[in-house]
Amino acid sequence: MKVLVPVKRVVDYNVKVRVKTDKTGIETSGVKMSMNPFDEIAVEEAVRLKEKGVATEIVAISMGVPQCAETIRTALAMGADRGILVETDVDLQPLAVAKLLKAIADEEKPGLIILGKQAIDDDMSATGPMLAALLGWSQGTFASKLAVEGDVITVTREVDGGLETVALNLPSIITTDLRLNEPRYASLPNIMKARKKTIDNKKPADLGVDPTPRLTIVRVDEPPKRKAGQMVKSVAELVSKLRTEAKVI
Amino acid sequence: MAVLVLLEFDASGIKQPSRSAVAAAVALGEVHALVAGVDLGAAAAAAAKVAGVSKVLTAESPALDHLLAEPAAALLVALAPTYTHILAATTAVGKNVLPRVAALLDVQPISDISGVIDADTFVRPIYAGNGMATVKSSDAKKVITVRAASFDPVAAEGGSASIEPVSLGDLPGISKFISAELSKSERPELTAARVVISGGRGMQNGDNFALLDPIADKLGAAVGASRAAVDAGFVPNEFQVGQTGKIVAPELYIAVGISGAIQHLAGMKDSKVIVAINKDEEAPIFQVADYGLVADLFTALPELAAELERS
Repeated sequence: MKVLVPVKRVVDYNVKVRVKTDKTGIETSGVKMSMNPFDEIAVEEAVRLKEKGVATEIVAISMGVPQCAETIRTALAMGADRGILVETDVDLQPLAVAKLLKAIADEEKPGLIILGKQAIDDDMSATGPMLAALLGWSQGTFASKLAVEGDVITVTREVDGGLETVALNLPSIITTDLRLNEPRYASLPNIMKARKKTIDNKKPADLGVDPTPRLTIVRVDEPPKRKAGQMVKSVAELVSKLRTEAKVI
Repeated sequence: MAVLVLLEFDASGIKQPSRSAVAAAVALGEVHALVAGVDLGAAAAAAAKVAGVSKVLTAESPALDHLLAEPAAALLVALAPTYTHILAATTAVGKNVLPRVAALLDVQPISDISGVIDADTFVRPIYAGNGMATVKSSDAKKVITVRAASFDPVAAEGGSASIEPVSLGDLPGISKFISAELSKSERPELTAARVVISGGRGMQNGDNFALLDPIADKLGAAVGASRAAVDAGFVPNEFQVGQTGKIVAPELYIAVGISGAIQHLAGMKDSKVIVAINKDEEAPIFQVADYGLVADLFTALPELAAELERS
């Protein structure tokens, strides 16, 4: 079974992001970029499926500026077999990404597509279910455990208040939650090997998709600042202030 | 045309996040509510009483039990033609079902809104709440999930909506519910609690989370955790407060042994009053705290429990 893993290039999760002074967005120039952490978990899960003999080939896909090729290289170093880069300078929103991925899935005919549950930049948490919808496939979102048996994948999902287990007909879409696995670090020999793996370049037009955004960003503001607080010296003082000043207990 | 809200319910009625979604919907037009699943009598009656709802649609089918995304999305798409907006709360269900609905309608969903400007324009947090984006949709129909912490829920009582069953078309059978393992707790749900007390990596292990219990009991609080505590295996993921966990905005949030990573702050910084207890006075959590106490949590927590007990 072939597995596709879309990977997004995002501002590294350790970076303290800043709103641009002209309020058009978040400052991304000169900022460290990395693979979206949930997508790393997706790559790791695909590699583990290959190690178990369930997956036969892993294709890593990224979309956007040419530097997204670096994100694909990271996936290749972790164990993906080849890459596809859809190059565009359009601001891609989940609907466009899902349409581009559907077009690639129609060509590649995978049995499983594993995505991160959300990207840590736009926090949309939408692409996985949208891709499942366009393909007419089942979906197992927020997965913390999965097992493939024949034509069915059993997925344990992290839901509000606990876990839910579902059985899904393959082909299927999985989105990863934090506890699905711990992604490996790529070893130096694997990083070297990844340089020789191929990355195909495509454009949205090659895939017959109009990527024009449907949402216009009117502006981006700083979140409201909290007023400066005060330090208390003892637990007794804390409780007293919560009672008489804040009046919350 | 009206707006449609997908409601979630349990034995005790319509869930609070869904009533927050209704609060957002009221700003957009006449509100119809959908309850789907099996044995809907009590849920439909509860939905009809929710303030601001004028009509309740019931979709009764075993296929819709547990609101699996594939059949639930098909149902919403069938109902979509007469609605301008389709909403649900940003919950595990909302995040699973609504993007699927949006794609089937060829619409870009607007996830996790924290404000309504007009029928096309909404505010939503990006980058873990480090930016508040105002976005305008060019789609004819809007598919929206609502950040419950940003909208005061409408009252559970007071409405008197009509109840109307909907006719069900074919629902896809490509997924099957197997089991649910829900944590048993006497405590309120994290996203609905008036008080939340959370532990971080400073708790050192899962057993020490018991130190939070007497305080939570006394305050009627829900217990949460930072991602660091979840990653370290101290507590299960459903405890997680943060960008990748639950977003909470209680009256009182008490952060214990939590340093205040960006991704944790994203989940709790809209709380009305924040208390931080940490032995590291440089911890970033103190920058958002209304009351900070530099102390060893292993002495401070028993003291706090005793102090609360005293009165």
